Amino acid sequence: MAQFTLTVNGEEHGVDVPPDMPLLWVLRDTIGLTGTKYACGIALCGSCTVHLDGEAFRSCITTVESAAGKRVTTIEGLSEDGTHPVQQAWDEFNVPQCGYCQAGQIMNAAAWLKDYPNPTDDDIDRLQDGNLCRCGTYDRIRGAIKRAAELAR
Amino acid sequence: MTVLEKELPWLFEGKTGKKTSQKQESVIANVSRRDFLKSSAIVGGSVFILGVWTGCQTGEVPYVDPRVAASGTIGDAVFQPNIFLAINESGDVFIVCSRSEMGQGVRTGMPVVIADELGADWNRVHVEQADGHPMYGNQNTDGSTSVRLLFDDWRKVGATAREMLLAAAAELFDAPVSECKIDVHRAVHEASGRELEFGELAIAAASLPVPENPSFIPRSEWRYIGTSVTGYDNRDIGTGTAVYGADKRLDGMLFASIERSPVIGGKVKNYSAEAALKVPGVIQVVDVPSTALPPGHNALGGVAIVAENTWASFRGREALQIEWDSGPNSSYNSDSYEELLTKNVTNPGKAVRSEGDVPAAVAQASNVVEATYVVPMLAHAPMEPPCAVAWVKEDGSCEVWAPTQAPQTARRMVATTLGIEEDHVTIHVTLLGGAFGRKAKADYVVEAALVSRSVGAPVLLTWKREDCMQFDYYHAPSVQYLQAALDENGKAMSWLHRTAFPPISGTFAPTDGYPSDGELGLGALTLPYDIPNILCEKGQAPWHVRIGWVRSVSNIHHAFAINAFSAELAQAAGRDQRDYLLELLGPDRNLNHLFSGDRGYYGEDLAKQPYESGRLRNVIERVTEQAGWGNTLPDGHALGVAAHYCFVSYVAFVVEASIENGRPIIHKAHCSIDCGTHVNTDRVKAQMEGATVFGLTLALNGKITATNGAIDQANFDAYQLLRLNEMPEIHVDIVESEAPPGGVGEPGLPPVAPALTNALLQLTGVPVRSLPIRLS
Repeated sequence: MAQFTLTVNGEEHGVDVPPDMPLLWVLRDTIGLTGTKYACGIALCGSCTVHLDGEAFRSCITTVESAAGKRVTTIEGLSEDGTHPVQQAWDEFNVPQCGYCQAGQIMNAAAWLKDYPNPTDDDIDRLQDGNLCRCGTYDRIRGAIKRAAELAR
Repeated sequence: MTVLEKELPWLFEGKTGKKTSQKQESVIANVSRRDFLKSSAIVGGSVFILGVWTGCQTGEVPYVDPRVAASGTIGDAVFQPNIFLAINESGDVFIVCSRSEMGQGVRTGMPVVIADELGADWNRVHVEQADGHPMYGNQNTDGSTSVRLLFDDWRKVGATAREMLLAAAAELFDAPVSECKIDVHRAVHEASGRELEFGELAIAAASLPVPENPSFIPRSEWRYIGTSVTGYDNRDIGTGTAVYGADKRLDGMLFASIERSPVIGGKVKNYSAEAALKVPGVIQVVDVPSTALPPGHNALGGVAIVAENTWASFRGREALQIEWDSGPNSSYNSDSYEELLTKNVTNPGKAVRSEGDVPAAVAQASNVVEATYVVPMLAHAPMEPPCAVAWVKEDGSCEVWAPTQAPQTARRMVATTLGIEEDHVTIHVTLLGGAFGRKAKADYVVEAALVSRSVGAPVLLTWKREDCMQFDYYHAPSVQYLQAALDENGKAMSWLHRTAFPPISGTFAPTDGYPSDGELGLGALTLPYDIPNILCEKGQAPWHVRIGWVRSVSNIHHAFAINAFSAELAQAAGRDQRDYLLELLGPDRNLNHLFSGDRGYYGEDLAKQPYESGRLRNVIERVTEQAGWGNTLPDGHALGVAAHYCFVSYVAFVVEASIENGRPIIHKAHCSIDCGTHVNTDRVKAQMEGATVFGLTLALNGKITATNGAIDQANFDAYQLLRLNEMPEIHVDIVESEAPPGGVGEPGLPPVAPALTNALLQLTGVPVRSLPIRLS
């Protein structure tokens, strides 16, 4: 066990956990932020995506040790009131079905959209295809990402 | 009635000669009246109270929802005409959703129907989730039943309150009811120009009698039904505050995970917990008792690691040293099993539908076409693996938070397993992170309860992805043999269909290995074609692994074989797929006789929901027209068509595909659905989009195999789901209809895979007869 200070959504949390404990489980079980989801545990599906210093990481394989000292952002902290352009676009397109993968989808899109103000279909296919959705919301995700880019401009 | 018949009444309707109705009875007591506890009455041999339903058995002590019992109301409501609806003095409307939300949209659809009939403003509706309890009627959220079977009951919930509010307004206006009307969220007396909001009427309405047969508003006055309404939970989902099965947190809660026998029916021979207990964060190692086969909804048994966090419990499992006694199912190998099923459909089976004389037609045929189709086991693979929070308290009662499609099953199973009264089990239903039939089984809820009892603390039990994949209730592996006799013009004169797959019932009771009439009624027995000689036979398939119901159940393999074979016949006849399919379907006619006798009909009344071939023809014509059937396509592209009727809805798909580097590329999918009256247009569309992805996933990738009884696939690397870059452009056409509602969650799935394989047949001339598709 070791002491770490994590900055999550602007708040500092001291945790006493093994250094190799995945950030996912520190967030969910130690800190109690449950918006970040477990689905595969081996970085195959993207449901656990969070931001470290603004970039998308899969928290199921990101150790707490490597996250310490960085700004961690989870879905709960993406915006104060759910008005991040990606969140707004998700609302407009009525994207979620069960919703379980959507935190990861939103966090992933929000991270790469910063660098792609005019995402093409190819960009979306390439940068969002690592996030699985069993319900099949992909078509709407495509539309919502384009809309989010518009809202962000 | 068997357990399975109780679980899946729509699959067995009529088999026992008794209707296992899901319908709400017409008694709706006024909960908000002071004497509501006395309002029980004996009707038709069952005790009714508080709008209780047929599920309530005679003699059972009526249960009162604690939210109701404490104050007679939900929250601060002052008017609660039944257990599904309450209004407070501010005019906030609370609607209780009794079905489980797993992405199909019931937490929007059910309240929308009630709100519309009530005359409420949707923006002032709050949705509460019902706990699992028989007073809510049948809560099993499967079989595409919610809107289909409960639509009028929901309307009645709203209509009851509307009439009472209107009567209250008439009293307050001192005017006849006929001069008053409900506008949006208020009552109006036009002659005097007076208005009262729902909140102002609530107390007065609460003292009025509950109308027994309130009338429904005309369709022309629906403001929400048949439109697109945004998902009620979308905002919580988008901000990470929605609560799924693993999101409940309780003081002192521990985190657990279970190591199970790789083979169903296996038991722990011996194990050492020493290394596991040294893993940081591991608190306790607990035996989970196994039960005898068949497994049913029981816990599979194994060794649980209870820890300070989920990760520690996972790591503790890795450190466990267990020797298993695998038991009889370790002989199960999917390759040799497929050979056995192939043999069992090569030889004659037991006839289940016979019309005309198939052998005679074959003897006279110009051409006999035959084909054998194989669909492997499939996994549900919801993104949220099974999980549950259970808390067995000092007084022996148990409180559960679980993502379950069948909260009453979970309640019964927890009570039975713990040996306590059902009234001492509370099941709170969270959002479900996908389910597709998996979460209708209670095994993971029972496991959580057993572990909680052992450690004396609330426990969150999480299944690893690998557990979810390897201990699923799989879609049955199947082999089907089809044969048709064609005359000199290529017209089909006979149709022989032999289908073999292990029945779901084998999971719940000893089985002879033959599919039930209910499962055969999902596509095979109900072939809608106009062919003079038809023979359908069932073949034997022994049970070795938990078989369950996966989205659209046996329709998956039956629709694949029937539609793929139809396209093969078109090819043999040198005809266009679409034209030939329409010829097979024949003239518009009623097909109710195919559900006669003991055959299930999705829990429906055939008089109300007739099986009509013309509606299937219509969706085939519409979808082919919209997809530009017959038009010139880009080089290397082709269209395939498939259509299927199930869960009282009619769906046809056209898929446009090409082949690149030996792999199918899907460019477009067109879908037309006739589901009768529909509630939420956007959600119907979403379900068709979802069915497309689910169908393409199984067509391209879906295959679960077993070696020596253990499942070979563990995670999304070996069991791949369709990804966003493979998603085709999709167009959904919803037939405008005033017919009663049909199902929506499942009917889209069956035609997807054969529409794709039929497109590939056009491209290559070589039929695809095995799923997943592997082009040689």
